[in-house]
Amino acid sequence: MHLLYHFGKYYLLLLRVFRKAEKFSIFKRQLLLEINSLGIGSLGIVAIISVFMGAVITIQAAFNFNSAWIPLYATGLATRQGIILEFSPTIISLILAGKVGSSIASEIGTMRVSEQIDALEVMGINSANYLILPKLTAAVLINPFLIVISMFLGIFGGWLFGVGTGVVTSYEYIYGIQYQFRPFGVTYALIKTVVFAFIITSVSSYHGYYTTGGALEVGQASTRAVVYSSILILLFNLLLTQLLMA
Amino acid sequence: MIEVRNIYKSFGENKVLEDISFVFEQGKCNLLIGESGSGKTTLAKCMVGLQLPDSGAILYGNRNFVQMNFDEQKKIRKEIGMLFQGGALFDSMTVEDNVMFPLTMFTNKTAEEMRERANFCLNRVKLPNAGKLYPAELSGGMKKRVAIARAISAEPHYLICDEPNSGLDPRTSIVIDELIKEITYEYNITTIVITHDMNSVLEIGDNVAFLYKGHLLWKGNKEQILHADQKELIDFVYATKFLKEFRKRVVE
Repeated sequence: MHLLYHFGKYYLLLLRVFRKAEKFSIFKRQLLLEINSLGIGSLGIVAIISVFMGAVITIQAAFNFNSAWIPLYATGLATRQGIILEFSPTIISLILAGKVGSSIASEIGTMRVSEQIDALEVMGINSANYLILPKLTAAVLINPFLIVISMFLGIFGGWLFGVGTGVVTSYEYIYGIQYQFRPFGVTYALIKTVVFAFIITSVSSYHGYYTTGGALEVGQASTRAVVYSSILILLFNLLLTQLLMA
Repeated sequence: MIEVRNIYKSFGENKVLEDISFVFEQGKCNLLIGESGSGKTTLAKCMVGLQLPDSGAILYGNRNFVQMNFDEQKKIRKEIGMLFQGGALFDSMTVEDNVMFPLTMFTNKTAEEMRERANFCLNRVKLPNAGKLYPAELSGGMKKRVAIARAISAEPHYLICDEPNSGLDPRTSIVIDELIKEITYEYNITTIVITHDMNSVLEIGDNVAFLYKGHLLWKGNKEQILHADQKELIDFVYATKFLKEFRKRVVE
């Protein structure tokens, strides 16, 4: 019953979010600000994590494929598949759920407890639309770019550290990452990314928007936003993998 | 003019408002007074649609706010300026942007015209040089004045102030009261002030309603309130030892 109550409330909030924006010029300005804050602001952490994870996947693969029956290019192949299919879309989205999700929930939650959302409502502004729609649109637009950058940097990190540490040669690695490449893998990853971006922003906004109380409750809302976004990302990862890859 | 008729509101078993009827008159400072928890803020929230009354009517002129749909309520809300207890200024915007905000959202004025209006409103609340500051850089009294400037920037027909003096020293409270009074008379708007500050009542109380545990117990004005013979109101007005002594010596 509790789950149904929250699902209904979440659905009603989304209905308010997707109403026509009060003024398109304001929405456009907010959208650019959010793209900068949610997307460009996350580029640094995405880049660092991607390079190091790519490197670790390559080194791990090289050591575990230490058999005469496994070709040397398998290291590059495993890195490519791991990065494109799971690491970049799913793990980076989980990291963004932590970074962006908590930021959204605490920002909107603070606005709620300090009556700023009430002030918007009294002015006749659809606060859900004004606050949430630019964030949601920005994340859905910018996250695929972040993920593509993450894919590139992850594979590059694998090459850099794999070749640098001598566990794989440059030729074998590059041959491996090109071997039987199916572009649908990238499409699958980008579809997942868009769904995860929607989950992160909408679930975090929901928890922030319905915060009651004070500073303590804002912190709790922020934690809940990260926990529920992460669980939903994992659940939808399973569903989408089954739907798109089976 | 705003009229509330037979308003009832409860939260679960807790009855917060019971059969409240009152007329808030145009061009006057209408005060809703009462102890904390008496239902003043809940009534104000019902009047602006932040909460729904269980039953009753809220009439803006002859338009019943309770029976309106979202879009119709939005039209009324654009005629309301509200001053919240904590100011509710937008932290991410400068003072000037805060004051310009209602104009940005609902008018087609140029940036220059909006800036001009914002500066006029800031001058009106005696904060001519605060435009470039952020809310975090303002004192409590300045925040309240900026909130008043924002509330009047779109030239509202109704001004609702929720405890405008809370957390302010007596001198700043007087400044805020005088500002509210001046604005009300100057623009001939319907002003509602929710307060438990007796100084405000005696300063600006043209039309006063006393709420006690969700009931409207007394109506009158600042001249009548000192001589009222309603027990709960007497306890509220003469709450301190000093005032009780004053009543014994002067009023009785």
